[in-house]
Order: sequence, then structure tokens, then C-alpha cells
Amino acid sequence: MVVELGEREEADRLFHALADATRRDIVTRTMGREHSVSDLAREYPMSFAAVQKHVAVLERAALVTKRRHGREQLVRGNVEAVRRTHELLDGIEASWRDRLDRFALVLADELARRPDPTDPTDPT
Amino acid sequence: MPVTGASRDTDARTLTLTASFDAPVERVWTLWSDPRLLERWWGPPTWPATFTRHELQPGGRSTYVMTGPDGDRAHGWWRFVSADPPHRLEFEDGFADQEGEPDPSMPVMVMRVSLEERTGGGTLMTVVVAFTSDADMEQVLAMGMEEGFTAAMNQVDGLL
Repeated sequence: MVVELGEREEADRLFHALADATRRDIVTRTMGREHSVSDLAREYPMSFAAVQKHVAVLERAALVTKRRHGREQLVRGNVEAVRRTHELLDGIEASWRDRLDRFALVLADELARRPDPTDPTDPT
Repeated sequence: MPVTGASRDTDARTLTLTASFDAPVERVWTLWSDPRLLERWWGPPTWPATFTRHELQPGGRSTYVMTGPDGDRAHGWWRFVSADPPHRLEFEDGFADQEGEPDPSMPVMVMRVSLEERTGGGTLMTVVVAFTSDADMEQVLAMGMEEGFTAAMNQVDGLL
């Protein structure tokens, strides 16, 4: 699998949203069940507004969804988006595995073609 | 299969791959130093790379273009942070515009490569990949290893 342009942009956006311990924690907490923003705000040493801001960043990256229930705003982790993030990380690793497979093939081909170790392109 | 290991390191905030090759360090190095060899493996078969500039020295730049199956072209650039032939190199890899100039809106990755002689001959190559376009992005590469996140992922696997 290749990490192509669009995927890397997507990874960048998702990673930016997750590049913060509080935001990662919010995603983890809300994965199993909904939490209200006020519940979440009690968990962290920061203001309600600050937590709300973190939730907004996560919402833009589609990592959580928010719905209104009476006076509460309920937050739920988006299983698919988290899964996608995981896949993107796996994708980066997989693209490097493919690349190193090709590296080995080119190397074997070069060794067969030019077995002489005094290779003229050798920088030493 | 040359890859002998892959890991996401929470503390170092990186993705690390190790690969083993039955060739001396000097020969393995040429696959990085010779642009004609480099372009045979850098891009995937569907998006082959052509290097139009390759200055493997500290501060040196490389530019390349990858051409897709529909003729789409993706430009990329490298900037060498350090180079110590034939054992070590470190470079930034990013996307470029049509002229090969770095596109600041796109993510940059840092690659650290080291080649070591394997006991009994051959070469052990280590590639460390790190994200840098956001100060904290590297940390995210490691998130799959974080306890809470791993637990959440297991939870996800259970749900689906």
C-alpha cells in the first residue's frame, strides 16, 4: 500500500487533531459511551471553554460527533475515524516495507550486474 | 523479505524499520547515493520516481517527481540535515510545487538512515521515520502504542 498525496494530507489533519494528550484522552473516553462537555471539563485541569475548544478541533477532524440533549452537549468518539487513523499509520509502515522490498531487489540486481566491489560510484 | 523489524516508539516518537541485506555497507550505500539506483526503489511501481537533483551532502537538496498511472505528477523534495558516507544520512522529505520548491502547507517527514556491518558480513539498515510539520506530530505516530489508545482500539475491534 502506498501513502499517496491525499492520504498524507488526511493523515496530517488527523494527526494534528490528535497531537495533544487531552484531545487523545477525550477520544478514548468518548469511544465507548457519550460524555457531556461538562463531564469532560471536570476531568481536566482546564476551563470549560478550553475543553470545548479541544472538542471543536476533534469535531472538525471528524474524530468525534457532538449532539445537543437538553442543556447538555454530548460528545461521542467516531470509531471509524479512529480506525482510519490507525490504518494510515499502518499504511506508512506498509509503504516502507514495500520500499525496502524493492530496495533489496535493486541491490541484488546490482550485485549480479557488477560483482566487482570497486564500484566506480562508490563514494569511499 | 529484507525487513527484520518494525516498531512505533512511544518515547522516541518515531516509526523504526530495520532491514538486513547480504551486501557490504559500501554497496548498500550506493542505492542512496546514486540517483539512478535510488529512483528504482523510492517510488512504487505505479508511481515511479525520477530524481532531477541529488546533492547528498549536509545542507544539500534533492528534487524528484513521481508520475502516476494517469499521468498525474507529484513533486517532492529532500533536504539533507547530515550525511556521513557510507554509514549515516538524515533528511527531510516533503511535497513540492511544480518548480520543485517546498510546499509549506504540506507535511514534512524526517528520515534517519544508518547502515551498520552485520556480524559475519552483510549490512543492517535502520530507517527511522518521524513527522515534524507540527511540533507534536511525532508524538502521534506513537499513539498506537499508548496504553489508553491501544485499549480504545481493542474496544473498537470488539465493537466491529
